[in-house]
Amino acid sequence: MRHAIMQFAPVFPEIFVLAMVSLILVVDAAVGHRQRHLAYGLSLLTLAGAAFLTLRGFATAPGLTLGGLFVDDPLSDVLKLFLYLTVAAVMIYSRDYLRERALYKGEFFVLALFALLGMMVMVSASHFLTLYLGLELLSLSLYSMVALHRDSSVATEAAMKYFVLGALASGMLLYGMSMVYGVTGSLGLADMAAALQDGTDLHIPLVFGIVFIVAGLAFKLGVVPFHMWVPDVYEGAPTAMTLFIGSAPKIAAFAFAVRILGQGLEPQVGDWRDMLVILAVLSVALGNVAAIAQSNLKRMFAYSTISHMGFVLLGILAGSQSGYGSAMFYVLAYALMSLGGFGMILLLSRAGFEADQLDDFKGLNRRSPWLAFLMLLLMFSMAGIPPTVGFYAKLAVLQAVVGIGYAWLAVAAVLLSLIGAFYYLRIVKLMYFDAPVDTSPIAASADARVVMSVNGLAILALGIVPQPLMAICIHAIGASF
Amino acid sequence: MFGQSILSLVIWVPILAGVIVLATGSDRNAALARWLALAGATLGLAVAIPLATGFDTGTSAMQFVEKAAWIPAFNIHYHLGADGISMPLILLNSFVTLLVVIAGWQVIQDKVAQYMAAFLIMSGLINGVFAALDGILFYVFFEGMLIPLYLIVGVWGGPNRVYAAFKFFLYTLLGSLLMLVSMIYLYFQSGGSFDIQTWHGTPLGMTAQTLMFFSFLLAFGVKVPMWPVHTWLPDAHVEAPTGGSVVLAAITLKVGAYGFLRFILPILPDASHELAWLVIALSLIAVVYIGLVALVQADMKKLIAYSSIAHMGFVTLGFFMFNPLGAEGGLVQMVSHGFVSAALFLCIGVMYDRLHSRQIKDYGGLVNKMPVFAAFFMLFAMANAGLPATSGFVGEFMVVMAAIPVDFWYAFIAATSLITGAAYTLWMYKRVVFGAVANPHVEEMSDINAREILLLGTLAVCVLAMGLYPKPLTDVMHASVVNLLAHVAQSKLP
Repeated sequence: MRHAIMQFAPVFPEIFVLAMVSLILVVDAAVGHRQRHLAYGLSLLTLAGAAFLTLRGFATAPGLTLGGLFVDDPLSDVLKLFLYLTVAAVMIYSRDYLRERALYKGEFFVLALFALLGMMVMVSASHFLTLYLGLELLSLSLYSMVALHRDSSVATEAAMKYFVLGALASGMLLYGMSMVYGVTGSLGLADMAAALQDGTDLHIPLVFGIVFIVAGLAFKLGVVPFHMWVPDVYEGAPTAMTLFIGSAPKIAAFAFAVRILGQGLEPQVGDWRDMLVILAVLSVALGNVAAIAQSNLKRMFAYSTISHMGFVLLGILAGSQSGYGSAMFYVLAYALMSLGGFGMILLLSRAGFEADQLDDFKGLNRRSPWLAFLMLLLMFSMAGIPPTVGFYAKLAVLQAVVGIGYAWLAVAAVLLSLIGAFYYLRIVKLMYFDAPVDTSPIAASADARVVMSVNGLAILALGIVPQPLMAICIHAIGASF
Repeated sequence: MFGQSILSLVIWVPILAGVIVLATGSDRNAALARWLALAGATLGLAVAIPLATGFDTGTSAMQFVEKAAWIPAFNIHYHLGADGISMPLILLNSFVTLLVVIAGWQVIQDKVAQYMAAFLIMSGLINGVFAALDGILFYVFFEGMLIPLYLIVGVWGGPNRVYAAFKFFLYTLLGSLLMLVSMIYLYFQSGGSFDIQTWHGTPLGMTAQTLMFFSFLLAFGVKVPMWPVHTWLPDAHVEAPTGGSVVLAAITLKVGAYGFLRFILPILPDASHELAWLVIALSLIAVVYIGLVALVQADMKKLIAYSSIAHMGFVTLGFFMFNPLGAEGGLVQMVSHGFVSAALFLCIGVMYDRLHSRQIKDYGGLVNKMPVFAAFFMLFAMANAGLPATSGFVGEFMVVMAAIPVDFWYAFIAATSLITGAAYTLWMYKRVVFGAVANPHVEEMSDINAREILLLGTLAVCVLAMGLYPKPLTDVMHASVVNLLAHVAQSKLP
């Protein structure tokens, strides 16, 4: 009996989150809108509890459970801890914004936590079934979150687009998975890798399946040419939802890609590497070029996301532990930058006013030198200028790429990111060189300001001392592969 | 107590001072920011003095070395050291920072704390560039200094400042990004090391050397700046505030030239020999063509900016003569140009503060109203033209002498700049200072005050001292230069 329970020990954080979501759903329905901060508090408590459970059961080596469906390894535990942090920051940044727009509903917290649960399942999946289950739980929650602003036609349109294209991507993924299953006879990632290691004479169906899997992955990551939904959804969704979509799910998507490509299909690295090269180069190119033309900051960040995801792919396509480690470092650094960028829009917004146009950042240095300085750090970090964490993320990825002999790819990537530097510099220019258009005081709550300060300074601190995060990434990858 | 960490102090004291100025200063209390900045800059210079007093001129080895693991995951170290090449530049930078703080004392009234902090932080970062012995550490300082400079040009600059700031930033970033890829390549070739001195001994094939040569040439050539990637400099200079121009000319240009000595020559000796003709050609074009361009400028700052490019052409020319006289001449020219260009930009700043114009035609007859200033200006103009007994003469003469045994025509072409240099500088001087008072506003101009006399007087002493007795400086460089050239003479082809 005890044995049967202990088998669930690695899944305790997921079980806890699920139980708490159900509780919040009931409590919020019972107390209604007057006591909304109860749901807010309970959500943060859920994250703290889950973090405690994850830390207590921190794995030192991969451990399969639930009959091989679920794996608890250092990689998943580290990523889960970062997911909790990210989601907590999202909730703190979003609170005032949502309240001012009548979106401060129990559904937001329930959906966000369900999405978190989906992401947790994704990072811990060791089987196509669990991977897909986690992905769909995440996606369905996100579709609903985008549509939460019921009366906004833009948001509804964005939600529809997101749903239709997301469903298409899921279909492709499933199709690819079925092909791979047909070749290897297995849905479990470890068995699949073992079967492929022995060699197969069904190479063409296998590559066919990989193509569909990579296409599905590319949809979910939002890389070119499967990126069309990203700018529309980012712009159309309420900024709080954009913040959520733009941060935590990227971490989960990274885990998803590394689990499938790096663990399950690892022996076929020669097949999927070239596909990723094309996707990565196109993403970095289009993301950076198209971002220049945007006047809406959310849309600009959407294109910037596309180029950043291209860099993550560069790390993954190295197909080595150092490559996965660099991609992990990149995605964590990106989540931090993305949180800060969208968080800043939320901080500058107020009732009836969205600070999502480039002009809204004009003269920020006059209105609030501190926030302008934090945004400056964020922008230079996104551009990859030292001493910020974004530089080491790029350095690590480029090093992995040069390490496999693809120096030309590194040259292409840096030249394209030079184009990107232009639009990040433009925001710094607006904040520092221009006079403010809007001189009203910034109405951000104290706790959001504190989180923003921590967020911005973390970018600088990790830029000066990147070793701890780097070591965590290398250890997590090394101990899980 | 701090004997083991002089270089760290030289880097971090100005940066910390900048952070303190930023944290305590506000627009309401500008005086506090000024005094704190002055204290920080003075302290920054004071901690750099032991570099000169404790320097051993007998060795080419790195001195004041500090080494600690920084990012073990990539074998990146916090590795600092100074030799005869970098030590004078660190001192020059710390000294110029002090001048810049004093120069901005009254002129800058807007966002004083941020202005002073930007200069102090940049000063620390530039010291880091000169002291870094780890490739990535070098890169971090090299790129990091763009951020304060971008803000200095963009926030306190002239009407076209935004264009100039973007151009400057993107130009320099282009070069450095390619250099970063080269550095990562070197990391793998050297068996997993970012140590610059290890790279000096890493064997490299000719193709790799050639490709890397171009990437480094772009990175450092943009900073020097060499023709044809020089176009950002006049724009940035014209739009920058006086202090920004001083730092740009006196220090940041030296960063590029320093890169030639620390990276290109010793790491890629074969490609350097093979492609020396290219650098020599570009340098001579800079010397001759840019000298002619300077002649026709109507804006004084632009004129001095172009003259800077021509003078830096001598520096790169000297480096690629591959003899000690040439390399030392280039280095002397770097330091001398640091003093002279700083002084000339300060002179223009003095005039601009009074008349708010940089156009030569707006002046004339200045000597009637500002005789003391005219005397100082005269000295620096002569130094810029390369008059013997000023520092400007020493470096140019050494480079020309070094070029004669290599090829007489190199020396001949380079020497024509002594004529064009005298022409554009003295012609400008004549139009601005002599003649009748053409502009009624000039009538109202007052002579320089004690603060300005202190600034220009200090620089005048430096210019004359270096011109009359340059030996202390060349002694400091000699061992390092000889060692460097011995490195360059060895082929690194596998």
